[in-house]
Amino acid sequence: MAKTMAEKILSDRSGVDAKAGDLVIAPVDLVFATDSSGPLTIRQLRETGFQGVADPRRTVFFLDHAAPSPRLELSNDHVIVREFVRQSGVPLREVGEGICHQLVAEDYANPGELIVGADSHSVTAGGLGAFATGMGATDVAMVMALGKTWFRVPESIQVVCRGTFGKGVYTKDAILYLIGHIGADGATYQALEFTGETVAAMTVAQRLTLANLSVEAGAKAGICPSDGVTRGFLEARGRGAKYRPLAADAGARYSRVVDIDVSRLEPMVARPHTVDNVAPVRELKGTRVQQVFIGSCTNARLEDLEIAAAILKGKKRHPDTRLIVVPASKETFMQAMKKGYLEIFMEAGGLIAPPGCGACFGGHLGILGDGEVCLSSQNRNFKGRMGNPESFVYLSSPATAAASAIAGEITDPREVL
Amino acid sequence: MIKGRAIKYGDNISTDLIIAGRYFHLRSNFPELKKHALEDADPTFVTRVRSGDFVVGGQNFGLGSSREHAPLVLKLNGVGGILAKSVARIFYRNAINLGLPVLICDTDRINEGDELEVDLAGGTVTDLTNGARLTFGKIPDVMLRILNEGGLIPYVKKYRDIALPS
Repeated sequence: MAKTMAEKILSDRSGVDAKAGDLVIAPVDLVFATDSSGPLTIRQLRETGFQGVADPRRTVFFLDHAAPSPRLELSNDHVIVREFVRQSGVPLREVGEGICHQLVAEDYANPGELIVGADSHSVTAGGLGAFATGMGATDVAMVMALGKTWFRVPESIQVVCRGTFGKGVYTKDAILYLIGHIGADGATYQALEFTGETVAAMTVAQRLTLANLSVEAGAKAGICPSDGVTRGFLEARGRGAKYRPLAADAGARYSRVVDIDVSRLEPMVARPHTVDNVAPVRELKGTRVQQVFIGSCTNARLEDLEIAAAILKGKKRHPDTRLIVVPASKETFMQAMKKGYLEIFMEAGGLIAPPGCGACFGGHLGILGDGEVCLSSQNRNFKGRMGNPESFVYLSSPATAAASAIAGEITDPREVL
Repeated sequence: MIKGRAIKYGDNISTDLIIAGRYFHLRSNFPELKKHALEDADPTFVTRVRSGDFVVGGQNFGLGSSREHAPLVLKLNGVGGILAKSVARIFYRNAINLGLPVLICDTDRINEGDELEVDLAGGTVTDLTNGARLTFGKIPDVMLRILNEGGLIPYVKKYRDIALPS
């Protein structure tokens, strides 16, 4: 039977010839939690009487949501996680090392693997051809305890991207367009499978952005094929031996096929308070912004920072607009430093905060005031998302964010490129 | 058969609305955390919710974060179940794992304050106030077994394993 990428991975890992709609039990190749989900995960694990994890080599904890901790309660949550990893022999990625999804891509995820994380944006690793999905603390605790869990094999929506991006238009614009098109529940219980010549030409960083935002359409996973680009990434990171190709079979069955000609797209913005409330940037022109945030697991990789730096070089932020930049990981931070991007951001009047999730989910390092507007390269704009239910969050590409920081209002990056 | 009163909301009740990120520091302090349930959607929720009440939503209930604290704070406030037209995947799995039933049905026919009667095995919801009788989508067997044990923790305590219904 011809298979989708989701059917292939779940069949391979479960050892059952599975098709969409089937339930399977499968061993999980990597399971992780953060300081956000970790304390409850540990509590649930202990509640069942399991003292350790099934396989410490396939388990990781990340301290990235409160990095570094702004409050004693969160410091005590960190203590819970540190004590648990010490007892169970599980690796810990400390405060400052980076956002879990970036580190999963940098150091752990491989094509064809089944990955479960206690964070909704765990779908990000699908950019490397993994079946990666988010679950809650109890599910993840039981994956840690048992080394496996149950999955319903999802139907897949095939997203075929054709054409070349025009100047000032990026992967983020394409995925926002898709979410606006199919809706915030357009892929619920399903997988999004990205394919076509545009995806084949994308870097791994761009594919991670595509996969990352899949969950904002409700998807269980967002999967890109594994190909020569994937192989090059893995080889550069010392994981060349983990490479395996992945593509859907011709004749695989999809619940829906969506064609996107990216050459016809323009810069897009998601307006408050849902990610599918999408409009072209030009329609939002003149919207004043008090804060621009370039960060998160969506768009804070080196090439995102490079794009933003090229726009901000020799420019100044608008005097009424704060600019906050948070590289996705320590490695990204150091590379951006060496390449001079951080200097460009700081000379433009921006500030650099340590790698982490704080501003994006409203924890710390960028909470908005009443009535304030933020344009962000992140993934969610729900009411209250950046820490204040009386504020407004718009989402865009790093280029649109950078151009808007200079103008002080939402601005089409093509005006400054 | 479970009975309770409907507390009704609209579409897109996100996990941020159910428990906001700004209360992140209270995540290991359940008695304090639960005081902020649904605060950004309805600041009166915690003062008026009674044990056994159903939270009734529209489309895409529970979208967003994987934070299990979202269904947890509803449960800690005594909520007996969630009814919605559609439910985001992670929230659905999380609620069942906590032993909190989630029923997908046409909630347009339920009004705020209505008395509801849910027959989990029979797959029906009866609105005792207006007489409407709704059927809800079948809960997958694997989840029904978890729900019947009171959640995934009691399930795994009992079976020490996870298996599919044969």
